[in-house]
Amino acid sequence: MKEQLAKIRAEALAAFQAARDASELDALRVQYLGKKGELTGVLKMMGKLSAEERPAMGQLANEVRAALEQAIEVTSQKLSEAALVQQLKDEALDVTIPGTQVKMGHKHPMYIALDEIKDIFIGMGFTVLDGPEVELAEYNFDRLNAEEGHPSRDWSDTFYFDEDSRVMLRSQTSPMQVRAMDSMELPIRIVAPGRVYRKDEVDATHSPMFHQVEGMVIDKGVTMADLKGTLNTVVEQLYGKGTKTRFRPHHFPFTEPSCEMDVQCHKCGGVGCPTCKGEGWIELLGAGMIHPKVLQMAGIDTEIYSGWAFGIGLERTAMRRFKIADLRLIFENDIRFLEQF
Amino acid sequence: MNLSRKWLNEFVTVDASDKEFAEAMTLSGSKVEVTEDLGAEISNVVVGKVLSMERHPDSDHMWVCQICVGNPDEPIQIVTGAWNVHVGDMVPVAKHKSTLPGGIKIEKGKLRGVPSNGMLCGLSELGLDERDFPYAVITAAAILGDYKPLDPEKPSIPADIQPGHKIYGPVVAAEVTAVSNAGVNLWNVTVNDGKADAQVLTPCQNLHEGDLVAYNTKSASICTLADLHAQQAEFPHCIPDGIFILHEEGIACGDDLKPVIGADDHVVEFEITPNRPDCLSVIGLAREAAATFNAELRLHTPVVKGGAEGSLSELLDVETPADDLCPRYTARMVRNVKIAPSPKWMRERLRAMGVRPINNIVDITNYVMLEYGQPMHAFDYRYVKGGKIVVRRAEDGEELTTLDGNVRRLNSNMLVIADDTRAVGLAGIMGGLNSEIVEDTVDVVFESANFNGTCIRKTALALGMRTEASAKFEKGLDILNTLPAVDRACELVELLGAGEVVDGVIDILNYVPQPKTLELRADKINELLGTDVSRDEMVRILRKLDFTVEGDMVTVPSWRGDVEHYSDLAEEVARFFGYNNIPCTLMRGQTTLGGYSEAQKLEQLLGTVCRTCGYDEIITYSFISPTYYDKIRWDADDARRSSFRILNPLGEDTSIMRTTVLPSMLEILTRNYNFRNKAAKLYEIGRIYLPGGEDGLAVENKVLSIGAYGPDMDFFSMKGVIEAVLKAIRAEDVSFEVPCRPNPSYHPGRCADVYVGARRIGVFGQIHPLVAKNYGVDAELYCAELDFGQLMCAKGADAQYIPLPKFPAVTRDIAVVCEEAVTVGALEAAIRKGGKSLLKEVALFDIYRGKGVDEGKKSVAFNLVLRADDRSLTAEEADADVKSILDALEKECGAVLR
Repeated sequence: MKEQLAKIRAEALAAFQAARDASELDALRVQYLGKKGELTGVLKMMGKLSAEERPAMGQLANEVRAALEQAIEVTSQKLSEAALVQQLKDEALDVTIPGTQVKMGHKHPMYIALDEIKDIFIGMGFTVLDGPEVELAEYNFDRLNAEEGHPSRDWSDTFYFDEDSRVMLRSQTSPMQVRAMDSMELPIRIVAPGRVYRKDEVDATHSPMFHQVEGMVIDKGVTMADLKGTLNTVVEQLYGKGTKTRFRPHHFPFTEPSCEMDVQCHKCGGVGCPTCKGEGWIELLGAGMIHPKVLQMAGIDTEIYSGWAFGIGLERTAMRRFKIADLRLIFENDIRFLEQF
Repeated sequence: MNLSRKWLNEFVTVDASDKEFAEAMTLSGSKVEVTEDLGAEISNVVVGKVLSMERHPDSDHMWVCQICVGNPDEPIQIVTGAWNVHVGDMVPVAKHKSTLPGGIKIEKGKLRGVPSNGMLCGLSELGLDERDFPYAVITAAAILGDYKPLDPEKPSIPADIQPGHKIYGPVVAAEVTAVSNAGVNLWNVTVNDGKADAQVLTPCQNLHEGDLVAYNTKSASICTLADLHAQQAEFPHCIPDGIFILHEEGIACGDDLKPVIGADDHVVEFEITPNRPDCLSVIGLAREAAATFNAELRLHTPVVKGGAEGSLSELLDVETPADDLCPRYTARMVRNVKIAPSPKWMRERLRAMGVRPINNIVDITNYVMLEYGQPMHAFDYRYVKGGKIVVRRAEDGEELTTLDGNVRRLNSNMLVIADDTRAVGLAGIMGGLNSEIVEDTVDVVFESANFNGTCIRKTALALGMRTEASAKFEKGLDILNTLPAVDRACELVELLGAGEVVDGVIDILNYVPQPKTLELRADKINELLGTDVSRDEMVRILRKLDFTVEGDMVTVPSWRGDVEHYSDLAEEVARFFGYNNIPCTLMRGQTTLGGYSEAQKLEQLLGTVCRTCGYDEIITYSFISPTYYDKIRWDADDARRSSFRILNPLGEDTSIMRTTVLPSMLEILTRNYNFRNKAAKLYEIGRIYLPGGEDGLAVENKVLSIGAYGPDMDFFSMKGVIEAVLKAIRAEDVSFEVPCRPNPSYHPGRCADVYVGARRIGVFGQIHPLVAKNYGVDAELYCAELDFGQLMCAKGADAQYIPLPKFPAVTRDIAVVCEEAVTVGALEAAIRKGGKSLLKEVALFDIYRGKGVDEGKKSVAFNLVLRADDRSLTAEEADADVKSILDALEKECGAVLR
């Protein structure tokens, strides 16, 4: 019997070793350890043994069983590892095949530029205002100190809806200054983006409809130094820290002193190149201290309050930001253009 | 505004390079657009003298010249094809390695084998024309040796013609035997007609010894082509062109040519803002330059000798019935005028400023306008009938032919300068042809007036003739400038010897401006600027600009109509303190809460949802053509056609404000379709402009406009986007209904109105094929128009957490058969009605027609989810609910379990 057990052990271990997969191994398990298995068969003969032999033989049989079970466990583990390796190998993919496309929509580049500007100003405590595009000449001109006879009031420059030149398409976002003064409590910090209209034929740099952002602050003790400091901060956020700017005197009817702000040409660094027409600077926006007449017309005491305002053209900002060469692309809305941003 | 730096230097000495000058002026407020060195293209061109000339050995029309260009012992040889050159002439010489305007480079070479070390230049090669140098006009004689018959068979002049042969009438062939100069463009020529010598004084410049010419024995003159009635082609080299023979005083061989022809000037082009008409003049810019460079401004007071015969008051009478439009009218008279070209210095300055020289009197008026900024006009006194000038409003329908030759029809809003009987000029804009200065003008009236800017601007605009003068008047000029300007004109007349000035001035003042005074509030100015500029420095700056400061009071100069407030003084201080020296500070004061409004947040949310769904944002014009309403098939009497109409549009296509976003979206879809983009999904949050707003303005409603075409588009993919939008705003009680009246722009069977509760949000669907056809698109287009205001109202409450289910759900699938006409929406409604509180979800999963279902019927299958919140459902409970649902389906919709 002892020999029988040793033989089973040796045979079974060899057979397990040779098993090629889980099902073969399972069959072997049944063959040796099953109810009708070889080892079970040997154990059934235990009864025929003498009482002295039985304990030793029983122990031996248990050892053989334990060894076989252990071997099955190990082999099974090995086989399943090998099967997994094979499975993963079979499942390998060509990772260079393109991914399943997810069609995402794109924000219009001009609104990307606008959102950047709005976010910067909101961070500084500004409110965003919205206002009418069909506007009264009173707000667009009179209240902004552009009196009767100002050239921008000409029918060759501005679109009108009535013969009396009373109702018009706003030619600037500046009437929002007046509307804010009329409707808001002081102090005021607003930006007002929107569409504006001028009688320009369409070309690479002109469009009869375009967009501006107006900005305005009215408070006690607001200075031109504040205007410069604020706009410099904005420009640094838009164009990067250390961007050089300069301020030039200019004229707008509704600001005094008035200025234009230039940024140093990004192409040539101020040396002069075709992009900046040799000047080294690129005009960015118009600004100034709100004209005392404009404040007074809104009933604001200029002995206590002062303010500044600016207006920036959005198309030009977007065009510079994304290096778009032709304004017409902005309004053409070709998806091959839109989906680049 | 162009500025000659030479002219500027007469008033203020500025030693800056063009670049430095431009930068400094720009930063002090006079924006420089561009600077130009007039002689930039000319280099190595000098004055030369012709020492000798020989005919080219190998050409019948070229000359080999020896030219002195400095050292008479080392002349250079130059071959020229021009015939107007003579020994002793001073000529422009482009030497070896020289450059000329237009990027032309001159190098030495050989002309028909003879070395030539440069080129003699004509006017045009130097970028000039006869207006710059009137004496350089060339008269050419017909040289018989140059004759080429038009028809070789029938020559008018025989090839073997000899001196003495008759050409026609008194004209015979003669040989030039001697040529000597007799003054500018005048030659003493000896001709021999084969029998005797004759002396002829001729202006023809192309004659040389040995030339055979046509000599008119009767008039004793040498014939030009015109005299012979010959064409240029018959005498190809006898052309009125040639070398520019210099007749300038004090020039010497080897001199740089640029100063000689005025090409040593530099011109600066300024962009002058409309508030500063005073800077549209040399003096105005000189004042700015003097302040900018802290240099002395040297002004000059005109001195007129006068003394011409006659009394001004007897010669001329001025009336100004339209005194409201003519605050001041100043006039002087000049007699015995000799019309001639103006001198070179004046022509050069005019030219540098972009004004074409004409004659001395006209040039003087232009010169004064540029120098003083005061437009001037000169009338021929002969044509001022009755010796009377009347400044009046035009008669309605009155006609005047202006100097440009156009007949202008006037009306009573326009101001004219008239004599006793008729208009002789359009005030402040352009003179009349009937009183123009001409060759034989003898007596001249100089007008230096001030007209109402608005009237001039409106007239110029109405007649479409904006002139340099009107551009100045419309900005409002200095009333006190008319007198110095007219005196300056008279001074120049005397300086040029162009006539005799009559003593006295006619000066009608209908409005005397009072000097404007302002308080100088140094503290207020520093407060506004955020600076700490001393009061003394402010005073210094203001005085530099000719403001008078006495104590605290500042008197504003008469030409500074733009200065009215402390803030204007602040700008003057800031300009010369330097905008870039003002510190940069951040705002102080009460903090304000910034941010977006609820509507702005919704707008952003809608954009995000659309982009998440794959839609690209577009921007379309707010104005459209009225015909676009036809394109989207709106009825001719549709009330929505009532739009804001622009009275002065750029064109029909942009003439009304849209009352619908649909045409804008369709236009962009069409454009992408035509660009052969396979698919497009677009959205815009745009405005429509409806009549009926406050103050006569528009009601500007925003609309979420969505549009798409492409292989993956159908009605339900568009509906999916609408549902996504409504879900994102947490709208409740959403329903889709067939419009009660068909929407003409959409496919009648594929269009739905969108409701949230009873609120109509908008419409969507497939665009009507006829509309697509109107746009030339052969594809299915899908659009949606959702009203932004309604979406704002339909917005649901913020999300509140609902506990996750603790107990399992029971799901049941049911399929019911119903009439084709019964909608899924109705079936769903019945299911919800029949289901009790246990029914949590209903989802359509199949619609089947065909085998097993009767004709005209359909089988619709739903997946139902039933669940209780507090216990596990038993099968019996679920069955009871399903039973109730099936009953409701049968009762409400006639649908039975399949």
